[in-house]
Amino acid sequence: MTWDWGAVADFMPYFWDGLWVTLQILVFGSLISFVLGLVWALLMRTPTRWVTWPVGAVTEFIRNTPLLVQLFFLFYVLPEWGITFSAMTTGVFAIGLHYSTYTMQVYRAGIEAVPVGQWEAATALNLPLRRTWTVVILPQAVRRVVPALGNYVISMLKDTPLLMAITVLEMLGQARLFAQQNFQFTEPLTVIGVAFIVISYLASLALRALERRLVH
Amino acid sequence: MSTDTHAPFEEKPETPRATGELIRLERVTKRFGDHTVLDNLDFSVDAGKHVTLIGPSGSGKTTILRLLMTLLKPDEGVITVDGQQLFPAPEKQVREVRKKIGMVFQQFNLFPNMSVLRNITEAPVTVLGMSKDAAEERARELLEMVGLTDHLDKRPAQLSGGQQQRVAIARALAMRPQVLLLDEVTSALDPELVAGVLDVLRDIARSTDITMLCVTHEMNFARDISDQVLMFDSGRVIEAGSPEKIFNEPEHDRTRQFLSAVL
Amino acid sequence: MTSGLWERVLDGVWVTIQLLVLSALLATAVSFVVGIARTHRLWIVRFLAGFYTEVFRGTSALVMIFWVFFVLPPAFGWQLVPLWAGTLALGLTYGAYGSEIVRGALAAVDPAQREGGIALSFTPWQRMKLILLPQAVPEMIPPFSNLLIELLKGTALVSVMGMGDLAFSANLVRLALQESAEIYTYILLIYFVIAFLLTRSMRGLEKKLKAGVGKAPKKKAADVRVPEGSGVS
Repeated sequence: MTWDWGAVADFMPYFWDGLWVTLQILVFGSLISFVLGLVWALLMRTPTRWVTWPVGAVTEFIRNTPLLVQLFFLFYVLPEWGITFSAMTTGVFAIGLHYSTYTMQVYRAGIEAVPVGQWEAATALNLPLRRTWTVVILPQAVRRVVPALGNYVISMLKDTPLLMAITVLEMLGQARLFAQQNFQFTEPLTVIGVAFIVISYLASLALRALERRLVH
Repeated sequence: MSTDTHAPFEEKPETPRATGELIRLERVTKRFGDHTVLDNLDFSVDAGKHVTLIGPSGSGKTTILRLLMTLLKPDEGVITVDGQQLFPAPEKQVREVRKKIGMVFQQFNLFPNMSVLRNITEAPVTVLGMSKDAAEERARELLEMVGLTDHLDKRPAQLSGGQQQRVAIARALAMRPQVLLLDEVTSALDPELVAGVLDVLRDIARSTDITMLCVTHEMNFARDISDQVLMFDSGRVIEAGSPEKIFNEPEHDRTRQFLSAVL
Repeated sequence: MTSGLWERVLDGVWVTIQLLVLSALLATAVSFVVGIARTHRLWIVRFLAGFYTEVFRGTSALVMIFWVFFVLPPAFGWQLVPLWAGTLALGLTYGAYGSEIVRGALAAVDPAQREGGIALSFTPWQRMKLILLPQAVPEMIPPFSNLLIELLKGTALVSVMGMGDLAFSANLVRLALQESAEIYTYILLIYFVIAFLLTRSMRGLEKKLKAGVGKAPKKKAADVRVPEGSGVS
């Protein structure tokens, strides 16, 4: 096995480009998943089945099918319907949508973990529903929710390379392009492999620190 | 429980029973963090004796049982059982010595994944290499003694607490231990179930030569079965003697206070 | 869609199922070996097992697949059949997640059970085999069921390597038909049906195993909803 540091050096500029794209996907994908997930979770608490049933079915479907195929679906099907976005926008939306079906479960658990007594107290004080949610329930749910959301951000990081399949040049896309042009596979693939391990390890450390602060 | 003697204990034990000193703790110290539970404790028990440890909770009684069962390691000191060191000792020797000791726990600790019968036979078969038939026969005898022959195939979760504890006693005895450690065996039971378990233990105390080391809050039971009672306070034995002496004429103030609080 | 194209899709289903079964077997083996190793009394064994878990959980499954396909062959002179390369990459990655499940379930067994085992002079391995694992395994089934669905979704990644699985067959059909909506809808539905069947059978398995340790299966969390306001439930 030969290892060529020269190839590593040649790859690094592309690596930084790829890392920047990966982080953009991660940030925007996370934001979409946080917001959409909360929307799903709140819709699932409405009292009519006409809302809960379709929302439940659609999210269940998205959660149980591969993100990769969903990416292809949006990438190839939307233009046929006359909707065109850049590959990057499509990818970010797909990953955010996919993960929103996970974050909705996190929100649900967080909301259900707020003691029933809190609802009762809010009712006893005659707080309107909207107030009950915004000042009583959600603030208490957030503490329980943040660590779990953080874990999904780390999972999402590891799914960002899938966007390579729809031509987005994130880290893996850059590595593959470099490998094909220079016939050197080992170095770029190993560099990004290590990068993923390091980033997700640092992220999990940061998350644990955040968790400790939230407990206090 | 009737007073007739029971077959399981009249047969000759396979290993000759030791006489004289069986358990010995020398200068044993155990700390949890900076809290010293046992402080330089010296203590011994003769073979065949029934010794009860009493004292306020947190005084280190249970810790002694857990040290003897090797569930805990002392920080300092030497523990000897039947002439062989249990601590400090290599793992292999610990395993040998441990076979001489059985324990009944406060929370029973039956295995929920096994039937009552298998709870009792599993260790004799896998640890002692007994044949399955012999182990089952013995288990039946023991279950008869504790009055649970009808429950062989049930799971522990289907039994009452008192029944579970009687199974746990049978399970410990199935290993033919020389020493039986009883750790507050009735504390987790509903009051009406306590008597059944204590009767079984009285029976064992009367009809066998097993050495018993017992931590309990049941003072009448302690008075009935004990040859010796040790009063613990803050990790030390502050008074020792026959049950008559300890319960009727305690010398130490702390003993008097403790007894007037629990009796 | 013509029957010829449907045949492509069926071939893809077959490849996906083969890959799923093989990598699930490898992942299960890795989960138990590494998960049990993380409870070992020697620190070096625990450390190595923990290191494995961190590394393989830390990396992306797709990057692993690239690595196994492109870096392993020149480095070690193996040329793996694509099916085995996919199995290796997926099994090692998802096994790392599974080892966390095994470790967690073992740690959740009441410590008193371990003490009960020590009091009866069982060796550490006998305690693991007779007491801890039989009680822990039924608790592992729900998280393993979720992991199996993740693994099913993960199998689609091999299509990026040109392996003819279900996701890849969609690409072939799309090129043949010059139309995407229909085929991708079918493919997603097929994945969903497979996932549904897997979830169902895992729930059956859980029920059976829990009966074996004298416990009723817990109600699925999703079925338990906080009663809200009035009559609709």
